Amino acid sequence: MSIFAKFEDIRQTLAGLSESGQNPLDVRFDEIRSPVEGVVDGRRVLLFGTSNYLGLTFDADCVEAGVHMLRQSGTGTTGSRIANGTYAGHASLEKQLAQFYNKRSAMVFSTGYQANLGLISALAGREDHLFIDADSHASIYDACRLSSAEIIRFRHNDADDLARRIARLKGKPGCRIIVTEGIYSMLGDTAPLREIAAVKRETNSYLIVDEAHSMGVLGARGRGLCEAADVEADVDFVVGTFSKSLGAMGGFAISDLEGFDLLRVAARPYMFTASLPPSIIATVSAALMRISQDAALGMRVRANGLRLYTGLAQAGFSLGPQPNPVVAVKMPDRETAVEFWKQLLAEGVYLNLALPPATPGSLALLRSSVNALHTDEQIDCAIAALCRVGLRLGILEKPAARITAPQAEKIALPAE
Amino acid sequence: MQQLDSVRAQIIEVLARMIQPGIPISGGTRIARDLGLDSVAIMDFVMELEERFDILIPLDQIADVETVRDLSNAIEALVKDAS
Repeated sequence: MSIFAKFEDIRQTLAGLSESGQNPLDVRFDEIRSPVEGVVDGRRVLLFGTSNYLGLTFDADCVEAGVHMLRQSGTGTTGSRIANGTYAGHASLEKQLAQFYNKRSAMVFSTGYQANLGLISALAGREDHLFIDADSHASIYDACRLSSAEIIRFRHNDADDLARRIARLKGKPGCRIIVTEGIYSMLGDTAPLREIAAVKRETNSYLIVDEAHSMGVLGARGRGLCEAADVEADVDFVVGTFSKSLGAMGGFAISDLEGFDLLRVAARPYMFTASLPPSIIATVSAALMRISQDAALGMRVRANGLRLYTGLAQAGFSLGPQPNPVVAVKMPDRETAVEFWKQLLAEGVYLNLALPPATPGSLALLRSSVNALHTDEQIDCAIAALCRVGLRLGILEKPAARITAPQAEKIALPAE
Repeated sequence: MQQLDSVRAQIIEVLARMIQPGIPISGGTRIARDLGLDSVAIMDFVMELEERFDILIPLDQIADVETVRDLSNAIEALVKDAS
């Protein structure tokens, strides 16, 4: 028997996806021209599925900082910080991150995935209990598997359910660690952080918030949902990524807790991997400085998210529960989602196809994300393309009303 | 024994709601392979059982569970432990 026999289901799924042309899991960009435009098969497409929320991937200062450091320090560190040492850029970026969040300490990881893997797996020991939101990102689930703790899921965004589950532990020893996210990447909804923080205080638990999709997007200073919900003092650890709002690669964790730096010699995904190249550190540092100085970026991406959400809701699409820069369009079934995605690409709009089990509630989703550089015209163009395909596939019943301006107050948000 | 039967019956009742009607479920049914449930569906199913029995079923324990019988044994032990 082939060693790949265990993947037979996956093989069949892939074959089905490839049957009628473009396989959504294998999109090849000939070129990325800007944060909002790319080329696929020689055709220009508008990018609405990149999570490049602030559009900083082509920012002149970030690019210049990276190029300068690439020439000055070479292409890579060729090893871990434990073995090859910490470069000045690693240390200064950690200081910059700690200052940005107004916390005592920051740790830089080589990817956002590894930040969760490293932080959670090291913190949660044998007698401890991890309480994770049911819709957590795969990196959180994988981190749990790498830890020695007991792992309990609580119902998505349900603080009462979390409290009930923690109460079931009764007098069991060990730390309670709650893990939640700022903006959830599939449906674009936010965690009820005030309620979760209250449970944390009442149960004397620790709280980790993953702000991968909310850093730079939410909060007056761009510090994410913790800032927007005014619970920063209750949050013990914030995890984040450099690969979305900061336009590069890498991850981080920050904390005020004494002892946090011990993780540098306890978190294996931090210890046993090469550190980020100085050039990437330099672009991240420049991007973070930009966020710190330019609150308009966050305001623009939020306004753009509202415009896309409002337009699609007015057109009659079924969406995620909240307007945010992640806008998910619910499809009636998997086959329709795949066909919709293909037709949309042919219309010149690229977004993400998200299928179960990567989605909550076994939903088939078209997941889009806006960034701060999308113009109103580009957003309206994407809405119009979605409407054309929606009408063609019978998902929409009548042509959408002309989009004029975001009018969130007119949208009846479905209950969570 | 009676309690174990009752646990198994309740597991089967919850499972039956999640799959195509008409598929027989017994103690030897392999939950993932025979019923075609994906990893998230299985975790959601376990969440239902946590509510029903007022217990916590840690995800790391689910990794060792293959059949309905394995699961009812695990739940039986967790119910005893919690009382």
